[in-house]
Amino acid sequence: MKRREALGAVAAAALTAAFKWTTAEAAKAAEFAREAVKAPYAPTFFTPHEWETVRVLADIVIPKDERSGSATDAGVPEFMDFMMGDRPDGQIPMRGGLAWLDNECFERFGKTFVDSSPENRTAVLNDIAWPKKAKAEHSQGVAFFNMFRDMTASGFWSSKMGIRAGLDWVSGAGAAQTWRSI
Amino acid sequence: MSIRSQTPAADVVIVGSGAGGGMAAYALTRAGVNVTLLEAGLPWDNATDSAMFKWPYESPRRGASTTERPFGEWDACEGGWEIPGEPYTVAQGDQFRWWRARMVGGRTNHWGRISLRFGPRDFKSKTHDGLGDDWPISYADVTPYYERLERLVGVFGSNENIPNSPDSIFQPAPRPRCYELLVQQASCRLNITCVASRLSILTRPLPGRAACHYCGQCNRGCRTNSNFSSTNVLIAPALATGKLTLKTNAMVREITLDRAGKASGVIYVDTKDGTEHLQPARVVVLAASACETSRLLLNSKSASFSNGLANASGTVGKYLTDTTGTDVAGFVPKMMDHVPHNHDGVGGMHVYMPWWLEDKKLDFPRGYHIEVWGGASLPGHGFMGGIHRYPPGGGYGKQLKEDYRRYYGAYVGFSGRGEMIPNENSYCEIDPNVVDRWGIPVLRFHWKWTDHEYLQVKHMQETFRSIIAEMGGEVYSPMPTREQGYGIAAGGVIIHELGGTRMGADPKTSVVNANCQTHDVKNLFVADGAPFTSQADKNPTWTIMALSWRTSDHIADQLKKRAL
Repeated sequence: MKRREALGAVAAAALTAAFKWTTAEAAKAAEFAREAVKAPYAPTFFTPHEWETVRVLADIVIPKDERSGSATDAGVPEFMDFMMGDRPDGQIPMRGGLAWLDNECFERFGKTFVDSSPENRTAVLNDIAWPKKAKAEHSQGVAFFNMFRDMTASGFWSSKMGIRAGLDWVSGAGAAQTWRSI
Repeated sequence: MSIRSQTPAADVVIVGSGAGGGMAAYALTRAGVNVTLLEAGLPWDNATDSAMFKWPYESPRRGASTTERPFGEWDACEGGWEIPGEPYTVAQGDQFRWWRARMVGGRTNHWGRISLRFGPRDFKSKTHDGLGDDWPISYADVTPYYERLERLVGVFGSNENIPNSPDSIFQPAPRPRCYELLVQQASCRLNITCVASRLSILTRPLPGRAACHYCGQCNRGCRTNSNFSSTNVLIAPALATGKLTLKTNAMVREITLDRAGKASGVIYVDTKDGTEHLQPARVVVLAASACETSRLLLNSKSASFSNGLANASGTVGKYLTDTTGTDVAGFVPKMMDHVPHNHDGVGGMHVYMPWWLEDKKLDFPRGYHIEVWGGASLPGHGFMGGIHRYPPGGGYGKQLKEDYRRYYGAYVGFSGRGEMIPNENSYCEIDPNVVDRWGIPVLRFHWKWTDHEYLQVKHMQETFRSIIAEMGGEVYSPMPTREQGYGIAAGGVIIHELGGTRMGADPKTSVVNANCQTHDVKNLFVADGAPFTSQADKNPTWTIMALSWRTSDHIADQLKKRAL
């Protein structure tokens, strides 16, 4: 059996093996595996307004480009919704951070982040997206955006789209040559 | 909890199925001895239970850690620093974290397969610098068992003839990855020895085990048994002899004695239903891990052993050590915009640095080795952890997306793993007030580092920073201060606890003799990390297994002579 065939055989065995997931987790995984399918998703943590904000913000962080789709195309908001339930410590920073963003927009423009114009959204994000350049008065926003950007990256680049089409991640060619002293 | 059934007697009962216990089961059953192996945790089989080939998007948490699996949801090892229902306590002002595996194979499901022999000096360190104590055995006593172990288990590496980092019977090592070549070149310019790593992962097949296919997911449990785990490499063949009975979910709480003061067996709790059982045996072997073995002895009190079993010396739980550790990572511009290439390999480093400053005048004793990591790996939860630390400093949008691609994998990191000198303020004892969910009194830890360890870790930090600078890189974090302990990991975090029943010739100052037999109870043996008289700048697993094999040979011989 050649190496590639061997890998295929074992991988097939992996799919049939009982892995210790709850039924709900398995169902969610199956759902995320169908990223391309635009089925309506009902968030369990986010409120409808938060959900809208998360979707807009995630696509600003990672938009579609010529190589791959956007964060929402890759199921990032769904990933975030799951992680909020899985790691409750992250709930207040997320909920509070989204509220901070709305407060900031409301003070400046009298509108929520989602309702603000693209130019106004950009103005706020420019104040919090570069930690070293940010003003002290925006430090809470910076902390939130660091977290949100990291989470968006985790969700996007670990998705099928992110791994298969987005990154130059090469695997499976083997490195079987043996050591030679240098 | 008074229901107590008695199971058929075994020649030998072994407590714990990790490196030490699995090795003892393997060696004893091959010698024709009937063995019962008790494991407190769950059953597990790599062939059916491993998530080795899962893509991150096959789970909604993308491989993130869980309480049960602190090293990621697909990590093979069930266990962690906190286990529900099994607390431990730490003396006020001290820091210690106790990691436990709760599954068949124990910590061998978790470790990085770094398989280093101790060197000749490691058994006689006191002779060289006056600190700690020498072992009552020497490198020559253990060498034949290292050799047997290497033939049975398999380890890759390169022969380098470094005096205190002895060569082994090596399989060929895999070639360094791209970033490892850069590390090696920078190390060479700084006169830091950087050679092929030494891991117990097959690059050539052994009977019943395929050579590694370089998927890099060793920690998930190897479906082809190409890497070492006690379960698949030791326990499986032991079961095949028909001489081994393996019981999982069997939490031992006490060693029982007969009227003559010999061990007569163990009492264990079936963790599935809370019932208690007596397992009689002619010989008891403890291989529950350094601290758990100490706890078992301290909890086995009787009229003749009011201080705990085999504790006439009062040193059970004492001379406890953990490896020192600290990490430094940094961004390396040279690795940006890389041509797409293969970063595959074994689930661990292909190069490492053994201690290279033997006999140099330094402000701390002993030494450390360096573990190397970096490059592009399978993306998952925590991807690139903080892009704002890279030169663009953050951002969003198409530029950010492109930055992720450009900077992905453009980093290296180093972990130092060094030798701690045993000290009187680092030990474990029974907490007088706290029991676990089975009613078993728990351990209370005391932990203090000394300047020996702090200054060693300072040297690690400075060295790692100099290597990253030599590579033209930028370290992510500032040099930790003296007040921050120079970034030393808390006791227990490196998961190399050793000592607690240290080996010695003098029964007044040690718990076991040169055969890992307790001075006080002649049919009671220890086969894990507890007998170690000293640490070394090496991971302990290889020596735990070599010693366990040596102890098992002694037990088999003594059983034949009816001397136990």
